[in-house]
Amino acid sequence: MSGLFNRKGPKRRGPTMNASKLKGEFDRRSVVIGTIQGGVGILLAARMGYLAIAENEKYRLESESNRVNLTLIPPRRGWILDRNGAPLASNRADFRVDVIPERLTDAEATIDQIGSLLDLEADRIADLKQEVTAARGFAPVEIASGLDYEQFAALSVRLPDLQGVVPQRGFSRFYPTASTVGHLIGYVGPASAEEYEEDRSPILITPGYKIGKDGLEKQFEQDLRGTPGARRVEVTAAGRIIRDLETRDDIQGDAVKLTIDGPLQDYAARRIGLESGSVVVMDCLTGDLLCMASMPSFDPNSFSAGIGSLEYSMLREDRRVPLRNKVLQGLYPPGSTVKPMHCMAFLKAGIQPSESIVCGGGRRIGNRFFNCWSNHGVVDMGKAIYQSCDSYFYHFAQQIGFDKVAAMASDLGLGKQYPLPVQSQFYGTVPTPDWKQEKFDRAWAPFDTVNASIGQGYYLTSPLQLAVMSARLATGKRLNPRLVLDGSSNDPASYNFRDDEINYIRQAMSDVVNGPGTAGRGRLPFPDIKMAGKTGTAQVVSLSVSDGRSGPWKYRDHGLFTFFAPLENPRYAGAVVIEHGGGSGAAYPIARDVMTFMFDPAKGLEKLQALERQWGGTAQQRLEKRYAAYASERGASVAPPPARDEDIFDRVEAEARLEAERTQEIGEEFIAPRPNPVASGSPPPTNGPGE
Amino acid sequence: MNGIIPAPIARQPWAMLIPLFLLVAFGAAVLYSAAGGAMQPYASSHLVRFSVFLLMASIIASLPREFVKFMTYPAYIGVLVLLVAVEVIGRVDGGSQRWLDLGFMVLQPSELMKPVVVITLAYFYSSLPVGLIASWRALIIPGAMIGLPVALVLLQPDLGTSLAIAFGGGVVMLLAGLPIRWFVFGGGAAALAAPLAFFFGLQDYQQRRVLTMFDPEADPLGASYHIIQSKIAIGSGGIFGKGFNNGSQSHLQYLPEPHTDFVFATMAEEWGLIGGLFVLAVFSIILRWGWDVARAAQDRFSSLLAAGMVATIFFYIAVNLLMVMGFAPVVGIPLPFMSHGGSSMLTNMICIGALMMVNSWNRRNPRGGLS
Repeated sequence: MSGLFNRKGPKRRGPTMNASKLKGEFDRRSVVIGTIQGGVGILLAARMGYLAIAENEKYRLESESNRVNLTLIPPRRGWILDRNGAPLASNRADFRVDVIPERLTDAEATIDQIGSLLDLEADRIADLKQEVTAARGFAPVEIASGLDYEQFAALSVRLPDLQGVVPQRGFSRFYPTASTVGHLIGYVGPASAEEYEEDRSPILITPGYKIGKDGLEKQFEQDLRGTPGARRVEVTAAGRIIRDLETRDDIQGDAVKLTIDGPLQDYAARRIGLESGSVVVMDCLTGDLLCMASMPSFDPNSFSAGIGSLEYSMLREDRRVPLRNKVLQGLYPPGSTVKPMHCMAFLKAGIQPSESIVCGGGRRIGNRFFNCWSNHGVVDMGKAIYQSCDSYFYHFAQQIGFDKVAAMASDLGLGKQYPLPVQSQFYGTVPTPDWKQEKFDRAWAPFDTVNASIGQGYYLTSPLQLAVMSARLATGKRLNPRLVLDGSSNDPASYNFRDDEINYIRQAMSDVVNGPGTAGRGRLPFPDIKMAGKTGTAQVVSLSVSDGRSGPWKYRDHGLFTFFAPLENPRYAGAVVIEHGGGSGAAYPIARDVMTFMFDPAKGLEKLQALERQWGGTAQQRLEKRYAAYASERGASVAPPPARDEDIFDRVEAEARLEAERTQEIGEEFIAPRPNPVASGSPPPTNGPGE
Repeated sequence: MNGIIPAPIARQPWAMLIPLFLLVAFGAAVLYSAAGGAMQPYASSHLVRFSVFLLMASIIASLPREFVKFMTYPAYIGVLVLLVAVEVIGRVDGGSQRWLDLGFMVLQPSELMKPVVVITLAYFYSSLPVGLIASWRALIIPGAMIGLPVALVLLQPDLGTSLAIAFGGGVVMLLAGLPIRWFVFGGGAAALAAPLAFFFGLQDYQQRRVLTMFDPEADPLGASYHIIQSKIAIGSGGIFGKGFNNGSQSHLQYLPEPHTDFVFATMAEEWGLIGGLFVLAVFSIILRWGWDVARAAQDRFSSLLAAGMVATIFFYIAVNLLMVMGFAPVVGIPLPFMSHGGSSMLTNMICIGALMMVNSWNRRNPRGGLS
């Protein structure tokens, strides 16, 4: 270069220019240009060396990742089995279609096009558009599953025009007994953004892959999940598959075997009928939970396909709260069902069974007279149980002090949580003076003892706790409920109750059903098997607001029944709670039929079928009918469900807690028992407006 | 040697021709692979075209100097008319058009303009009186000679070819001995004009391609896709390459245009750094031979002509290789003798033919004999 510039000076003096100087200029400049060209050549060689040697590793990887496309094969989910190995949740082969929002060029148009191809309903299309807009870009959104082959093929041939649409063959979750296992098993759904943040496994964002969203599906997610298979294929830039390189099959998730008896669960759930309630049955030898039915419920098959706005709004508006698992999250005053347990506390405190009092339609405690629901005359322990005399409990609870009663209640499992694989169980309340002081900053009053002695006031229990109490009382053993049949043996410790004490209580409870007691229509239709039990009626408002049987549904009494059978050698124990059933008469016939089914399925079913003819079909059929009616009435004008499934159930749980708190409010004064608590009201209207 | 081999054959510049044949054969091998392991459609036509254009080059090589000088201006005007014709036909058809369908072949007049502008300028300066080299006439007339076709080609729009024409013409002007300060001023003016031209002169897609050069990873699926895939192909080849016919980038169509603009990346993936160095070596042999011919030329016309041809070939090579290695924007310029494509082969073989022509003039009239 310097040579070039040095030549400037002479050249300004133009006239000295001649041909040989020009030739010299040409030679010099050609050397410079040639040198620059050589420099470019060296630059290119160096650049290439840099790319090919220094960055070889990086680019080789990128070239491989271009060439090889790894597709995960979603693992088949492990089955959930009942105690006899029958599936409560299985998989079924399925044609399905998903979209990946970030790959859609025009989401609305694409969904409209798929919608017309697959004949989707208008509200489903509206839901999908909403979902696709809200979704994280890379997480697949299910459009439809359970397609037939023609639809699948029709979609597949149009794929080149449908960017971001993924049709595939796969498996979808199937719950054979549908809504009757909804709360127990839960359901599955695509992983949410948060779930993917927590567990960045690529399988979570594979189209069509679903994880447990509630219940046991969520609890046993890691066991059920299995190991994804993988398919490595060589693909062109346009995504066309050239050849398979390697395929590894998926490994199905482990099965989870439950203690649940599938047919019993189904039967109990269906037997609840039009009512809102729950049935729990436990095995008295092992603590196995044979049935945990909570109705009404949702259809996990339909939830697993995506929770529709219509469906969600219908379930939300139903005041029988179909989204709440009432077995674990329903809290009710136990009412008279705790009376046998309270008697055990009296026995432990040295009260003789023969010690009697006179019920004069009530009893004076301290300086106040408290009503009984009837006038029972002379009452000993046995009569106090089978006639459910309140006065007896007012008296002796006051005599021994409620702390001792409460200790027995806690010992038998009330106010406790159990080691169960469930999302959430409510503790409930066994009221004591200390508890009241702490919670309300008020001293325990005699009327508190009175209320609590008959299971009213601040007392709150869940159906599961009542069943555990019933089993522990019947066997005298510290049985713990269990839900998974994992082969562990359960050898419960004994409470060291004396045999004569246990037998006395058992007999009194038998008299409730088989004797002159409050559940006369609860007898089992077998000559040789007797069921023992205890009725309970839990008032939710004071007598001045409602008589508990008629009037607004939400003011009606809860009907409760705890039971065990057979009498002499208890094998099964359980509890039935019917919300706002109007009295225990709504509950114990259900327990009777469930136990009938337990010992003679044919006989039990016969009874149920007769009932279901009146009710208009099985629980699942009624749910579907209601949905159809609701859909035609409301059309597509409903608010969409929360975007996150967790929100749905968090909200339900929060509402359940609030309601339990509200139930306790009536404990602030004496709750006068209603006459004739065993009666039941008429079943609730099936589709009333939310109250 | 003289005794055994016939004189006409011994006369040929084998030092350049043999590497050229090797390069063309290598190019055919790469094209064979780019077609997925087949002679059709690229490799066979590549070889056929080379043979035909080699024949054409040897005819050019035998042209006498006076004839070439005589034909220069008519040829320039003829190609200019063709460029206008392309523009007119394109306008009528309602779209951009770069070629004329002559029936037996598709002709891209802008390609012809590259060597023609070099010859025209060489002739102009050779006929310009020596004393006028620093005058306005030495600048304005050649400037117009370059500017007119450049403007027409830009209208097509074809940025790459217009730059190639301007580059070839510019090198001839530089070597003709124009005052160096003119180039300094010109360069300064161009530097000022570049941003304006970028924002107002370039099409949207061209702007993006230029930006890509500065930030290749900005938009991996958009404008910079080509560059990224090309670098992956070159980088993944390593030193010895993935082996003949084993290039996944080209075979699976990740590499855009694996047989034309990105043929070097296709080659580098399969042949590695070794293959790349071979190609660079052959190009440097050819260009060096070209410079030797230019310096050995005994008159101004032949030396400027030869140097201009070398510059034209160089421009192709440099811009293409800088592009595939991520140093230049994607401007659609093929790699001489390796890329599949008739027009570029035609241009480059005209350049080679012209260099052989000057070489034969040098032989007939060795330098120093008559000056």
